[in-house]
Amino acid sequence: MRKTALLALGASVCLAIFPAIFAIADTTGAARLFTRDIPKDQRVQQALSRLTFGPRPGDVEAVNAMGLKKWIDLQLHPEQIPENPVLEAKLKYMDTLGMSASQMVRDYPSPQVVRQMLNGQMPYPTDPDRRMMIQKLAAKEEQRLQGKNGQPGPPNPLGNPERLRDLLTQDQIRALRTGTQQQRVAVLASFPPDKQADVIEALPGQLRQALFAAAPPDLRRKLEMSAGPAQVVARDLTESKMLRAIYSHRQLAEVMADFWFNHFNVFMDKGADRYLLTEYERDTIRPRVFGKFRDLLEATAKSPAMLFYLDNWQSVGPNAPQPRGPNAKGQKRGLNENYGRELMELHTLGVDGGYTQKDVTEVARCFTGWTINQPQRGGRFMFNPRLHDDGEKIVLGVKIPAGGGMSDGEEVLDILAHHPSTAHFISREIAQRFVADDPPESLVTRMAQTFLKTDGDIRAVLQTMLDSREFWSEGAYRTKVKSPLEMVASAVRAVNGDVDFAAPLVNQLTQLGQPLYRKVEPTGYSNSSREWLNSAGLVARMNFALQLASNKVPGVKVEAEANNQLAGIPLGSPEFQKR
Amino acid sequence: MSNRRVFLRNSALAMVGIGAAPLWLKRALYAADAPSPRKKILVAVFQRGAADGLNIVVPHGEKAYYTLRPTISIPRPVRNLERQDAAIDLDGFFGLHPSLAPLKPLFDLKHLAIVDAVGSPDPTRSHFDAQDYMESGTPGLKATESGWMNRALPPAKGKVSPVRAVSLGPTLSRTLSGATPAVAVQNIAGFQVRNAEAAAEFEHMYESSNDPILAATGRETFEAVRILQSVQQQGYTPAAGAQYPRSQFGDKLKQIAQLIKADVGVEMAFADVGQWDHHVNEVGQRASEGQLANLLRDYGQALSAFWTDLGDRMSDVVLVTMSEFGRTAHENGNRGTDHGHANQMFVMGGDVKGGKVYGKWPGLEREQLYESRDLALTSDFRDVLGELVAKHAGNPSLKGVFPGYSPKFLGLV
Repeated sequence: MRKTALLALGASVCLAIFPAIFAIADTTGAARLFTRDIPKDQRVQQALSRLTFGPRPGDVEAVNAMGLKKWIDLQLHPEQIPENPVLEAKLKYMDTLGMSASQMVRDYPSPQVVRQMLNGQMPYPTDPDRRMMIQKLAAKEEQRLQGKNGQPGPPNPLGNPERLRDLLTQDQIRALRTGTQQQRVAVLASFPPDKQADVIEALPGQLRQALFAAAPPDLRRKLEMSAGPAQVVARDLTESKMLRAIYSHRQLAEVMADFWFNHFNVFMDKGADRYLLTEYERDTIRPRVFGKFRDLLEATAKSPAMLFYLDNWQSVGPNAPQPRGPNAKGQKRGLNENYGRELMELHTLGVDGGYTQKDVTEVARCFTGWTINQPQRGGRFMFNPRLHDDGEKIVLGVKIPAGGGMSDGEEVLDILAHHPSTAHFISREIAQRFVADDPPESLVTRMAQTFLKTDGDIRAVLQTMLDSREFWSEGAYRTKVKSPLEMVASAVRAVNGDVDFAAPLVNQLTQLGQPLYRKVEPTGYSNSSREWLNSAGLVARMNFALQLASNKVPGVKVEAEANNQLAGIPLGSPEFQKR
Repeated sequence: MSNRRVFLRNSALAMVGIGAAPLWLKRALYAADAPSPRKKILVAVFQRGAADGLNIVVPHGEKAYYTLRPTISIPRPVRNLERQDAAIDLDGFFGLHPSLAPLKPLFDLKHLAIVDAVGSPDPTRSHFDAQDYMESGTPGLKATESGWMNRALPPAKGKVSPVRAVSLGPTLSRTLSGATPAVAVQNIAGFQVRNAEAAAEFEHMYESSNDPILAATGRETFEAVRILQSVQQQGYTPAAGAQYPRSQFGDKLKQIAQLIKADVGVEMAFADVGQWDHHVNEVGQRASEGQLANLLRDYGQALSAFWTDLGDRMSDVVLVTMSEFGRTAHENGNRGTDHGHANQMFVMGGDVKGGKVYGKWPGLEREQLYESRDLALTSDFRDVLGELVAKHAGNPSLKGVFPGYSPKFLGLV
């Protein structure tokens, strides 16, 4: 013990005098910090910082009243926590959240689908109001395509002033042009649905946008529709995520949903994925965040979102019955290794997990045939034997006999889900998210052992982590930098903000460098804090902090001291950027 | 500044009107520069959406071009210079789309080089995959986290400017993401903490933070803010009457020019320009009408204004353009084109050996096309970028910049 103390003293002297040695001494120094317990009164802070999107006023007292152990246990069993009625009320009007992908494609069509409806290639939605809105949109799109002199015009940002003059009285036009937000909304709300739709169509784009924040939810939906129905799907998804992070009582489940979505990342703006993500998050990820890893892995492997994003739906086996060679569009159809590679590199084993390029190809062969029925119409998973390479494969030394059909892929998932490298890779990622950017190997190893012993039970792995000394140590206390989502959500939670319209907060995340659902690479956003530290991001955080606390973020209401422009300083401070 | 250089700038401006350059105006003027301690600057422009290279650099000498595109091809050059809807001849085989007229004098002055049949060898026709591959500089590899331009920054000597690498736009582009700090600037004026008292308080807090990484980032941030605010306060009028178009792209190039001339240590800059994905109504009834013509008018004017604005400073600067892939050689049924393969790149700068179209032209006969539909690739985009990184930016360690590939230089600089 004395030797260690002397060593520590010596090291800290060196640290002070020789900064260069800091880097080398640091690793041993840091490792030691994971064996030093934080004082008891910091444990609640640690739990709230790490297991939620940030403490709200009164949270510390509430956890103390319940008892920390009980609180943690509840968070691990979210079905026992009644959800926040405030959240449910805010999500209520976002109807796409409950829809299937195919229903969304019809009710909130993209321009291509609108054209198909115009051409009779696809039926209009059954709801009469919805049908009317889309027919008006289709008519507008048709006019735009004809345009002047046969030239298509760009959508007119100034709207259609002549049409407005036809539809409205002078007073109404004046109210829309120069009235308050409330007055403008009142004018729009006064019309019957048909006329309202016409007026909305004719409004200038900027005015329409500006009304989003002030309009009540159903009118807002109509305004959003006329700006482009396909946008609504993306808005519901991004805004609901922000609202859940801020208001859900099931905080750890939200954090884990974010973690797993990121781990099994899909990029929203890749073609059909725009319509496939809602189902993906709702039905594939969320129900499985605390369950068995194998189940989660299989659900993602079969999800249209993932199959489309990583191109597996188009993969055709080299020996498949389907004729190869260019199809009607002149596209070559052959084996696509994208999913095979990312499945091992990013989803399970990790890049150093011990697979070869040959394994990538063999895995890809196993998954041929795992495809989607009509992806552009929100289709479902389908196994197509005509695309499948039915030969024998060898994956990570395991022979998969010929003639296996769909079970080839299932077997690969079994091999990968039970592999020691997977146990280690997943455990390390979890530890990186919850403990430290560079988590202690001692902890990761024990979590991996739990993973293997419990057949990949995520709740059990988390329990090992939460029972560990390392989690409650100085090495883990306030050592991570918040991601933009964590920063914005924790800031709104810290000031008890009332969010009526979440889009401006979502846009803020783009400024901060983390556009939701829009990470292009399958790696997802990094769990390491370092990614977020850059000049532009920091400037944006500071400005956001000042805006939020002085009640200047649209859509968010905060109790602000009148004329105190500096109230937001604590939210932009270095301390608040840490968790 | 010598009188000769001032004359060059003014006469370059005059050239824009006439569309011809006197023979005695040669590159030699730039070679006469005294060795300068100023760093070289590389500017990358990304045309997002797959720009139609075949209608931008028109192979008017290729018969198949006209049979493949019966209604949307750009007509062969004509003698009457006042006709604005025919290709502007460059070398007897290739021509420029008429909306790029402002760039013709640069080509004649040999400061603009064009590379044709160039691009990424990866077969993907997905916009986002192909952009990803081109920005990361590693076609086919999805897991590369950094961008080629970030890896291309030569190792820093001495004090490093926090605005060494600037990406114009709200988020840091993929191209400039990576280990070396790079700054995303949407606009210079906005890059500051909006309350001066709060800014001072923040700066003090970050400086005294006991977290070394936060403290370092804070320091870097406030230095960048100071630098950019001082640039902003100097105000800016483009030189020599350069007129940037009033568009997002024009604005981005203007800010890059502003930063370069402010001498704040910019070495790499990135800007993108979107909406090149012309599946429908690419070309109007005349070549000077339609979506492509409109876009090129803005594009050409912005590039030409950038040139004029920077003037002599262009001896330190090379600007290179790229797009994720080209478009089909044939037109589709909607007066447009679909996703293709090889494309073109522009390389503009004082040191550039311009005035010619580089690359081996593969032809547009059916058997010469890639997969019987697209312009085939004869040069890799990394051949162009690699040469610029090694010979202009002065970083010869290309293995780290383009892992797994050995660029073959075309002799552009």
